[in-house]
Amino acid sequence: MYAQLVQTDGLKKPEEMSPEERAFQERIDRGEKIEPKEWMPEGYRKTLIRQIGQHAHSEIVGQLPEGNWITRAPTLERKAILLAKVQDEAGHGLYLYCAAETLGVSRDELMELLHRGKMKYSSIFNYPTLTWADMGAVGWLVDGAAIMNQVPLQRTSFGPYSRAMIRICKEESFHQRQGYAVMMKMCAGTPQQKAMAQDALNRLWYPSLMMFGPSDKDSVHSAQSMAWKIKMNTNDELRQKFVDQTVPQAEYLGLTIPDPELKWNEEKGGYDFSEPDWSEFFDVIAGNGPCNKDRLGARVKAWDDGAWFREGLVAHAEKAAARKAPLAAE
Amino acid sequence: MSKEWPLWEVFIRGQHGLNHRHVGSLHAPDAEMAINNARDVYTRRNEGVSIWVVPSAAITASSPSDKGPLFEPANSKVYRHPTFYDIPEEVGHM
Ligand SMILES: [Fe+2]
Ligand SMILES: [Fe+2]
Repeated sequence: MYAQLVQTDGLKKPEEMSPEERAFQERIDRGEKIEPKEWMPEGYRKTLIRQIGQHAHSEIVGQLPEGNWITRAPTLERKAILLAKVQDEAGHGLYLYCAAETLGVSRDELMELLHRGKMKYSSIFNYPTLTWADMGAVGWLVDGAAIMNQVPLQRTSFGPYSRAMIRICKEESFHQRQGYAVMMKMCAGTPQQKAMAQDALNRLWYPSLMMFGPSDKDSVHSAQSMAWKIKMNTNDELRQKFVDQTVPQAEYLGLTIPDPELKWNEEKGGYDFSEPDWSEFFDVIAGNGPCNKDRLGARVKAWDDGAWFREGLVAHAEKAAARKAPLAAE
Repeated sequence: MSKEWPLWEVFIRGQHGLNHRHVGSLHAPDAEMAINNARDVYTRRNEGVSIWVVPSAAITASSPSDKGPLFEPANSKVYRHPTFYDIPEEVGHM
């Protein structure tokens, strides 16, 4: 998902656990929240830092494909909406960095790891947003997929992560709805506009399915995360739910899901559908997607170009504090 | 790496008449900027009528491992709760 490929160790069996680890697992099984200063296994802490960090980076990098259209939104109202949506994503990134920081890593350290390519963000943001219809498709599909993953994460075992997810989920519904509203408008427009909407769906459908991460049979590392309740559902479960929810929405728009294999399966009560091309997914994750260099380059440039400003504000704060200090001493 | 902005804990009064409540943290070079940033990060939808920011380093927290002994004195004092007392119904609401 926003954290698609988080490396973890294999699942520990009860007899391999130390007494502390067993007590910790029992707390999680009872549904207790783990808070930052409490004892936790090193693996739990490390996995969470990777996962929350990856999630935060996705929110931040995820501003870029939509930021691309702010200056070219078709109306002032659409521009204000898109701006508010992108600003929310910045907020989501900050809630999540703040949750990660309670685990003993600093935000600047996480940023640095992102900039050096040592931490990932979601593969979806390495695809370009070519037309205004993509603003509709991103809100509808990408935020829709994000919601699917984030709603269960509100119940995750780590307190600060869970609270960040609750805050985020409150804001996401607006994101998806404004996207779907763009799609409705395009689909009710001229044949050319409707064709743009179909084209956006064609390009973003499989990358959206990839957001849930590799198929369960290939993601061997999720058992430990599930036991720790930092992953609440398997990748395939969530992907199925997403498809089942999205197909009727596409039908309402009069759009066709670009999958000839797609069909309702009465027996399982869900749609059968084609898997995305996983070799493309791993290629994008490895850095070879259409926009990887642009996205990371834009982040590094923003960070470097802002350095003088960040340092200037620190110098100002130090001077102001020094000016106050002698007065306080009198 | 240049100096990181200090961390601030943010407390927000959601409505008049309620306590300020901890909502999260953020980085800012000084208190004034921390308030400005807190407005943008934590109150984009009218979530507050007042903001406090406190340097995270200024907070002293009780230690989780002391939880037992720290709160033990309250555990045994059931008579502090109204339900401890049986009052006959004839007496009316009390
Ligand atoms: Fe978000
Ligand atoms: Fe969103």
